[in-house]
Amino acid sequence: MDKTINQKAWFLVLPVFLVVAFSAVLPLMTVVNYSMQDTFGNNQFFWNGVGWFKELLDPSTDLGGRFLASLGRNLFFSLVILAIEVPLGIVVALSMPRQGWTVAACLVILALPLLIPWNVVGTIWQIFGRPDIGLLGYTLNAMGIEYNYVSNDIDAWVTVIVMDVWHWTSLVALLCYAGLKSIPEAYYQAAQIDGASRWAVFKAIQLPKMNRVLLIAVLLRFMDSFMIYTEPFVVTGGGPGNSTTFVSIELVKIALGQFDLGKAAALSLVYNLIILIVCWVFYTVMTNAGVERKAQAEEEPAAERKPAGALQPAPAPALKPKEGVA
Amino acid sequence: MARIDLVDLAHSYTGNDAAPESFALKPVTMTWRQGGAYALLGPSGCGKTTLLNVISGIITPSRGKILFDGKDITPLSTQKRNIAQVFQFPVIYDTMTVGQNLAFPLKNRGVPKAEIDKRVAEIGRLLDLEPYLNRKATRLTADAKQKISLGRGLVRSDVAAVLFDEPLTVIDPELKWQLRSKLKALHRELDLTMIYVTHDQTEALTFADTVVVMHDGRVVQSGTPAELFDKPAHTFVGYFIGSPGMNILPAEVRGREARIGGHVIALDRSYDNLPAGAKIEIGVRPEFVDVVAPAPGLLTAKIDRIDDLGRIRFARVRVGDAKLAARARAGFTSGDGSAGLKFDPSHVHVYADSLLVEGAA
Repeated sequence: MDKTINQKAWFLVLPVFLVVAFSAVLPLMTVVNYSMQDTFGNNQFFWNGVGWFKELLDPSTDLGGRFLASLGRNLFFSLVILAIEVPLGIVVALSMPRQGWTVAACLVILALPLLIPWNVVGTIWQIFGRPDIGLLGYTLNAMGIEYNYVSNDIDAWVTVIVMDVWHWTSLVALLCYAGLKSIPEAYYQAAQIDGASRWAVFKAIQLPKMNRVLLIAVLLRFMDSFMIYTEPFVVTGGGPGNSTTFVSIELVKIALGQFDLGKAAALSLVYNLIILIVCWVFYTVMTNAGVERKAQAEEEPAAERKPAGALQPAPAPALKPKEGVA
Repeated sequence: MARIDLVDLAHSYTGNDAAPESFALKPVTMTWRQGGAYALLGPSGCGKTTLLNVISGIITPSRGKILFDGKDITPLSTQKRNIAQVFQFPVIYDTMTVGQNLAFPLKNRGVPKAEIDKRVAEIGRLLDLEPYLNRKATRLTADAKQKISLGRGLVRSDVAAVLFDEPLTVIDPELKWQLRSKLKALHRELDLTMIYVTHDQTEALTFADTVVVMHDGRVVQSGTPAELFDKPAHTFVGYFIGSPGMNILPAEVRGREARIGGHVIALDRSYDNLPAGAKIEIGVRPEFVDVVAPAPGLLTAKIDRIDDLGRIRFARVRVGDAKLAARARAGFTSGDGSAGLKFDPSHVHVYADSLLVEGAA
């Protein structure tokens, strides 16, 4: 059969093309345009070529120094929260009940932090940690532990990290719980018969069966924490000094605080590029894992598909009408 | 190695206070001989898996005791009973190699490494898994996976019994035969008690020397395949085993005669002491009823259809409201659709309230 050629069909794509152009491509191009120029306000622009990008990647300049420092903080932050949230999420998921009304209760309680808007979370912790009126801050200080996230770098970091753990461990836990629930009961029974200890069951059954959801959890949490803005901005405003200034906060400072559109545009593009690369890695890892599973499933359907067919031969039909009678 | 005794064993999923009729497993007392090959046969929901799980310790029974070689092991956990179980769907630890899978139960029990290697090699050879021992246990066919599950049970030298819970469900039909003969061969070689749960009578009858038929939470008969066929102890057994199943007809039985709607069928034995008020039925397998041309003195039936099974033909007939199957010998033609039924008196059994009544000679 010949394929119908009708070039007019392209017109059908035109509306979408226009919408995407105005909503995404044109603004992005504006940013690209700004990133090549410098401005002193008054709508006066001067050509700067790739100057901003060179500066951005050179730690000896002001812009480069700030960008790389905040990037480093961002990476460190992501690593720390992953190192806490993933094991903690697994532990929470493992200790959740498997049946009964407590399951629903646990799920609701776990889901609560996920439903709170970012800046509300920030405000909650901002007040919670205040040494004068905050429950946490006041109690800690009353117990003789110096705690002030406004003046102490470490306190600020601890607050931001604990806040993120409080906000997002639920996500990891819920994903892990879903993974755990999908393990057939027979695995636990077999492990019991094989005399496996609690730890052996975890290592041999639960962890391998959870690795898919864990992968998703790790990548989601990495990307999310890498783009973090609102919560630390509300709590610490990036301070004390620049100690909790992450890339997104730095970006806003440059773009809106100093109105350095050129620098901000260049930074946005590089930031965007990093996130795109992470997305790409995410996508590749996921699809590769998918391909592997598919290859595996290729042979398994022989097992999974059969039951229906396998029960059919000779004796079964003869038995069927009887079960009802018996 | 052990003899397994069940003493007054019963289980209800809703607890001990549940109504006796709602028990998933009604009180049963029986003995499983050391080294026997048993099949637990019954339709879905008859309690066979419950019984199996009670023996393996996954379920603690509501009542009664389980004895291994006379020792009460009811309170013991699954780990402490020397039981291996193969489940309906293969259970494989998929991060491990086949060899590590086999070694897992021994490793958990702290067996020395040299001993583990020896046992794994031995079981690998026994189950024809040798070429796979160093391969990841994923990406294997379902039958290989099922063999690994079985192997994990067999590596333990102290295993008293191997329990199978419909282990061939996910296996290809042609591989089913192979795996089943493998199981039989293993049974001969290893002198293990094997208990095999299935709802497939062919599987049960070919695997086991003793078939235990369950119905509605009760063990209704336990015997050799021939006993189940020749002398079903319960109308359910007659009906469930054999294809087509036994014909069951309500009848009035007195002495050596059974009356069906005024027609008399001769019996081989005399039944004088039938319980009063019980529902009396006669049961006869289709193989022992012939359809012949109508003749005086024969029960008259209407022929619905004749099923040709190749080696044998069965006529589906109707006597009044009751439907029967009967053998149609070569040369028989249905003619005008009516026929006479000729019963073989030595194979006509009498049932009172579904239970077999032994007649006097």
